[in-house]
Amino acid sequence: MEPETPRTQRVPASGGALLAPGHTYGSVTDKISAIVLTRGTRKGWWFGFLITFALVMMLNYALASVVIRGVGLFGINIPVGWGFAIVNFVWWIGIGHAGTLISAFLLLMRQKWRTSINRFAEAMTIFAVSCAGLFPLIHLGRPWLFYWLLPYPDTMGVWPQFRSPLVWDVFAVSTYATVSVLFWFVGLIPDLATLRDRARNRLAQIGYGIFAMGWRGSAVHWARYEMASLLLAGLATPLVVSVHTVVSFDFAIAIVPGWHSTIFPPYFVAGAIYSGFAMVMTLAIPLRKYYGLEDFVTMRHLDNMAKMLLATGLIVAYGYMMETFMAYYSGNAYDRTMIVNRMTGPYWPLYWFLILCNIVIPLTFLWSPRIRRSVRALFVISLVVQVGMWLERFIIVVTSLDRDFVPSSWRMYYPTGWDWMTFIGSIGLFLTLFYLFIRYLPMISIFEMRELVHKTAEEATGS
Amino acid sequence: MGESEGNRTAGAASAALAGLTACTKLPTEKIVPYAGEEPEEFIPGKPLFYATAMTLGGIAKGVLAESHMGRPTKIEGNPDHPASLGATDVFGQASVLDLYDPDRSQVVIYDGHISDWSDLLVVVAEKRSEWAASKGTGLYLLTETVTSPTLADQMRVLLEQFPLARWHQYEPWGGDRALEGARLAFGEDVNTVYKFDRADVILSLDADFLCSGPGCLRYARDFADRRRVTGPDSTMNRLYVVESSVSGTGSIADHSWPLRPSAIESFARAIAAGLGLKPAGAPSSLPGVLPEWIAALVRDLENHRGASIVIAGGGQPPIVHALAHAMNQALGNIGRTVVYTAPVEASPTNQMQSLVELVRDIEARRAQTLIILGGNPVYTAPADLDFGSSLEKVPLRIHLGLYEDETAELCQWHIPEAHYLEAWGDARAYDGTASIAQPLIAPLYNGKSAHEVMAALVGQPGRVGHDIVRDYWSRKNLAADFEQLWEKSLNDGFIAGTKLEPKVVTVKPEFLAAPPAATALTDLDVTFRPDPAVWDGRFANNSWLQELPRPFTKLTWDNAILISPALGKRLGVTSANDETTDVVELTYEGGKVQGLGLIVPGHPEDSVTVHFGYGRTRAGRVGTGHGFNAYSIWRSGTGGFGTRAVLAKTGMRARPATTQQHHAIEQESEAGFKRHIIQRATLAEFIKNPNFASKGEAARMNPPPFSLYPELPHNGHAWGMAVDLSCCVGCNACVTACRSENNVPVVGKDEVMRGREMDWLRVDTYYEGPPENPRVYNQPVFCMHCENAPCEVVCPVGATVHSPEGLNEMVYNRCVGTRYCSNNCPYKVRRFNFKLYADFTTPSLFAMRNPSVTVRSRGVMEKCTYCVQRINVAKIQAEEETREVKDGEILTACQQACPTQALVFGDIHDPESRVSKLKRQSRNYGLLTDLNTRPRTTYLARLRNPNPEIKE
Repeated sequence: MEPETPRTQRVPASGGALLAPGHTYGSVTDKISAIVLTRGTRKGWWFGFLITFALVMMLNYALASVVIRGVGLFGINIPVGWGFAIVNFVWWIGIGHAGTLISAFLLLMRQKWRTSINRFAEAMTIFAVSCAGLFPLIHLGRPWLFYWLLPYPDTMGVWPQFRSPLVWDVFAVSTYATVSVLFWFVGLIPDLATLRDRARNRLAQIGYGIFAMGWRGSAVHWARYEMASLLLAGLATPLVVSVHTVVSFDFAIAIVPGWHSTIFPPYFVAGAIYSGFAMVMTLAIPLRKYYGLEDFVTMRHLDNMAKMLLATGLIVAYGYMMETFMAYYSGNAYDRTMIVNRMTGPYWPLYWFLILCNIVIPLTFLWSPRIRRSVRALFVISLVVQVGMWLERFIIVVTSLDRDFVPSSWRMYYPTGWDWMTFIGSIGLFLTLFYLFIRYLPMISIFEMRELVHKTAEEATGS
Repeated sequence: MGESEGNRTAGAASAALAGLTACTKLPTEKIVPYAGEEPEEFIPGKPLFYATAMTLGGIAKGVLAESHMGRPTKIEGNPDHPASLGATDVFGQASVLDLYDPDRSQVVIYDGHISDWSDLLVVVAEKRSEWAASKGTGLYLLTETVTSPTLADQMRVLLEQFPLARWHQYEPWGGDRALEGARLAFGEDVNTVYKFDRADVILSLDADFLCSGPGCLRYARDFADRRRVTGPDSTMNRLYVVESSVSGTGSIADHSWPLRPSAIESFARAIAAGLGLKPAGAPSSLPGVLPEWIAALVRDLENHRGASIVIAGGGQPPIVHALAHAMNQALGNIGRTVVYTAPVEASPTNQMQSLVELVRDIEARRAQTLIILGGNPVYTAPADLDFGSSLEKVPLRIHLGLYEDETAELCQWHIPEAHYLEAWGDARAYDGTASIAQPLIAPLYNGKSAHEVMAALVGQPGRVGHDIVRDYWSRKNLAADFEQLWEKSLNDGFIAGTKLEPKVVTVKPEFLAAPPAATALTDLDVTFRPDPAVWDGRFANNSWLQELPRPFTKLTWDNAILISPALGKRLGVTSANDETTDVVELTYEGGKVQGLGLIVPGHPEDSVTVHFGYGRTRAGRVGTGHGFNAYSIWRSGTGGFGTRAVLAKTGMRARPATTQQHHAIEQESEAGFKRHIIQRATLAEFIKNPNFASKGEAARMNPPPFSLYPELPHNGHAWGMAVDLSCCVGCNACVTACRSENNVPVVGKDEVMRGREMDWLRVDTYYEGPPENPRVYNQPVFCMHCENAPCEVVCPVGATVHSPEGLNEMVYNRCVGTRYCSNNCPYKVRRFNFKLYADFTTPSLFAMRNPSVTVRSRGVMEKCTYCVQRINVAKIQAEEETREVKDGEILTACQQACPTQALVFGDIHDPESRVSKLKRQSRNYGLLTDLNTRPRTTYLARLRNPNPEIKE
């Protein structure tokens, strides 16, 4: 990614601006708060919401069935002890990473282009982590005992087994979820106050009022807000790297060929950001269209995100190359068999489809500025990358286990209807939460947009 | 533990299953525990063992039944019994489940309604007066093979009372062809006993003598004892096998040649000719077996005169048996390695002929009453006899059986039969040794034994089995003090001195001149065999046996049409990545069956194998509706194989429930050898390079132990195991023993297809060489109890931990079920309760379980524990007696069952223990030791002893 300098921000071309010209503090506030307060609930919203809500009901049904009847409903077996649940967990948690990267890392880097996308990217993080969190729980044989993974004072004096990466996972993911929620909520407070003040409806006034926590916009409030948000950004930034590193340890610590690899942490983090930016793009493109937010989420944003995709996609491609090369170069017979199995074994179509989705399509087209400025092309590419990243997790989890050390135990894994129901249901849950979010909360940070108006104006007059 | 769990759920169990209460009763008569002073009372938690005998095909194998508080829970071999020497087969191990099977018939049935034994006695009494008048005209009895002296005596009494009554015997897989073969060779009925402990060269003509038959446990032991290699100066016997299907015996053979079943007679003739017997029509060459191989084999036999054995298989026609007898005589083996005795059967009968005669009499309306004592002839009779519709022409039909099966359905009266663990009885073993079978438990469902039914028929209604058997033996005047003899016999499990004496017989060579059966070697043969697990169908409702992966095919819950790779290629039968295989149709003598076409490396090219025992329609909830019924194409004249069969693809595909993937078997085997999972050599190679399993290319697999952590101090015991691959015949006794000992649940066909079988112990098969005739390697695999166990590090809750004695232990109640341990286990020996597999609702099964082993619930991981409960019992015992645990005192369940003693468990800290000595052998190697797992279970490389003159 090329560094963003103030110089490039001054380029007046519409594709290059972070905010369409002509906006004032009032117009920004009106436009964004209106979506929540005055526009009302549209048919299109209801349509989408009801579909995704139905998927949540399906998810509930599937989860209840799995808890009541056992994880045997899934397609897992011996040797493939982990299936869709872990694939989905890694996929969702990866998607969340882009949100944190945008809201925290780019904040510290003082990248102003993050402003208009950071709120919903951060919301996406929280919803993705919620979806991710479901899966390790329900994939347990006895999910009601999940708390045994926590180090709580037990009368028997029993502790978790700290050498297991799954315990690290518990800490990593719960820390991540906590910090993300805090960061998101703290960032919402000034906007909640705005909504409280603008709401005409008593219920809304009370509701937003409670969560605005008495924000009056005084200079002291702003000073404390800035400090808190900086600190939280400082806390969240290492999490961008650490969470998926720890998730990758679930695999890298094991001795399974195809998992036991030092390349996993950077490769997983890059993949996470890759899929995360793809998801942000998938969400941003329809949102800006249906809510008329093209002024705030400009082509410039999309272009930048496409560049992020390109950069992380290249890292991911390097990861695949190294994985294959090391299997050959190490001379390790197990690793060689594993790679050959991935490429030519029973799951070969999935492997090559993954290469197509993650490498061939994005890395061919995203070099072209024309493509990067085509909303439709970007939307398609963002979906392709998400499919590819899901397949990558499938390939890593399943095609390492299906044929490992003792050939007599080699066995295929086939997902069942319950696997699909939990997977598709989790997408439904994610979208349902997102529908609620765009309906009841400002999807773009109002006060940060006002800052942007100020800065844009300053820069315009300063030049 | 399951007991309290069981009681809690018992109330919720359905009324249909509630016939059995948790309260079981001992037999009312005195029973005598094995090898010990009788305790004054039961000590809770301390099992007692009782010697008794289980019969299959009428012939007994001695067993010890473990009894917990009066409940039989486990079957072991009787170390003193000549047919067992402590080992058991799969049927013996699984028989305890039959005892508690809730599907067993529980009441006397008349005309489909619940009746009573006393009602039947009234009918019998009426009939007896009719028979007294008619001298028994129209009274027909049909039994299975009878070796029981008591039952034979009762039959004698009956036939004295009613001289015109007729006794028929029928079992689908009896010894008809061996019997006729002996008649052909000697002109009289004899029983053949082989002394494999004295044989150096063995030729098997389609005989699976190590895994099947009444003497197989003893034979396997004697055979293995002559090929236990301790060092380069050891010797091995040499086994040649020609076989028409695949078998355990073939897999351990030094030379195994697949031959279509109809060609084995020619092969036998060729060998006989080589030995100078001049049989008619000896061929000069055979497809697949080079003339110089035959010459070399003949030379090898001749060089071991008096120390060789030629043995013919039960599926081969009488002439092959007769030729084998003649060859043994020509080789001077008779009296040395082959001993003849009087028959062990009370009345040796060609049973197929007997059944044919019975049907003929029924059709001629001569039969007025047919009493069927055991067996299921409606299901097992060959198709052309259509026994079912004949049976219905008999006015009065009475059936005694364990199940309300196909035969019971067509009889007016059905009497529930007492299981052998519930009834007094007696039977002879393969060598004639008679056993008293004592019950361990009073009949759970008021079942009756054949003796008790016979007593009613001879006019002694109400006599109980104990009195009948005891009276018979007391009349024999075997000892001055009968009481003492009786108690000793019950204690020992057999009656001393009842082994049959060798008999001098001479082969009458006339049969050699008869021309061979005309065989066209161009069409397709079909080999019929009893299933390796459900046998002739009698064990179809036994879920342990249903779920037992069959040797080589690893098929469960089904039978299949076994096809050679070449024939499969010709027909286009394939196993695909999606694990489906072609459904094929076999046509033989106008009958058709459809079944899974399974390609089996090493199967003879122009033949297929089908197994009996499937396609049951009234087996019970477990056994009904699986597979196809091979009896439906079997003819009364077919014998062990038929010719001129036709095989065709149906175009349909189906998934076999196999535990080893079929489509990838070649790829798997290749990887298995590359990874040194199987180490093997010939005896000659081993003598030249005794360290082949640990040096050279294999050295990579044995890196020096390396750890970042300091070595743990080693005090006390260090448990370990060694498995001699040169002895394993893949008979599966260990697998079933483990299931029984450790309360391992069955999961059912669908779950096996999903890859969720629960066996803690599996026998893997690897093939080396051309698929037409590969070398076959069996490898039992269970938890390796790694010193650096990969499973332990990754468990987030510490549910799998290491014991100070080196056991890798599972703490079931701590397990939350992440399955990470299994993913990280390179040996894939961990098993997960994906669903609630253990049966917590069937009350009768609560009593069966081993009370020392937790019944695992849903969502927890489990695996081999080295039978930790047995280790602890021995340690406590030793501590009570203030001594050390002795070597050999602890036998794991698999080890105890193993007929060849291929598995040895013990303390590897004790340099004198058997396991330490085995592990010191140069053949010792570990699996995947390059992963630095340091497994406690190791293997001794497989050795073969091929004839150097035969270059295959």
